[in-house]
Amino acid sequence: MDYIWAFLIGGAICVVGQILIDKTKLTSARILVFFVVAGVFLGGIGLYPRLVEFAGAGASVPILGFGNHLARGVMEEINSMGFIGILTGGIKAAAAGIMAAVLFSFLAALVFEPKAK
Amino acid sequence: MNVSKKEYEVMVKKASPNSRLAANCARAFVVGGAICAFGQMLYAIFGALGASRDMQGMLVAVTLIFLAALVTGLGKYDDLVKFAGAGASVPITGFANAVAAPAIEFKKEGYIMGVGAKMFLIAGPVIVYGTLASMVVGLIYYFVR
Repeated sequence: MDYIWAFLIGGAICVVGQILIDKTKLTSARILVFFVVAGVFLGGIGLYPRLVEFAGAGASVPILGFGNHLARGVMEEINSMGFIGILTGGIKAAAAGIMAAVLFSFLAALVFEPKAK
Repeated sequence: MNVSKKEYEVMVKKASPNSRLAANCARAFVVGGAICAFGQMLYAIFGALGASRDMQGMLVAVTLIFLAALVTGLGKYDDLVKFAGAGASVPITGFANAVAAPAIEFKKEGYIMGVGAKMFLIAGPVIVYGTLASMVVGLIYYFVR
């Protein structure tokens, strides 16, 4: 059942992205920015964590989930560190994702050659 | 139905944008859903290996990012985006692809100004606006919690 909800909700979020691409001519870079920021605010108001509880990876794997993760990070950091947490919480929560992307992309650039055009 | 060739062309034109949108959405749904279901499987695997809930989330993200960078390096992620559109670009794998693809492509401009600088061509704005938004949420949370 977990898999079905992950598939359905994850697929539905991607459909929203596809409609935005087709109907508004937004480039996928803008869609990514839009989704991350939307995820941060949906996380901030406590709505997105409920969707994650319900749909698991269907909610956490789309880039909205990354935004939600940033919101959770900043709120937890404020709880433990106080005001300075506003500055450190978001990027701390994003650290693993960003560092993994940097590391594996760098390794990919070392190993693979660009496609000849 | 009895329609002339010209009438038929008009009908096709009328119907096709919507059917194209429907087809795009269907492919985005299936591929995006499949990536998420795969992520769900990774959660189950890392859970069975004894990872805590927070750790599972991090491991799933890192694994998907690794796989996306690998598939990008093999030149196949582009094909997936062409086929599935948002189904391939909205999941975290699309974010990883957005980092890895320019890193590889701009290798010809060197490791500093090519790989190093161009890596964040698309992902940079995502991090800039994502973290800024997190500060806005944090500021509000600090005063209303």
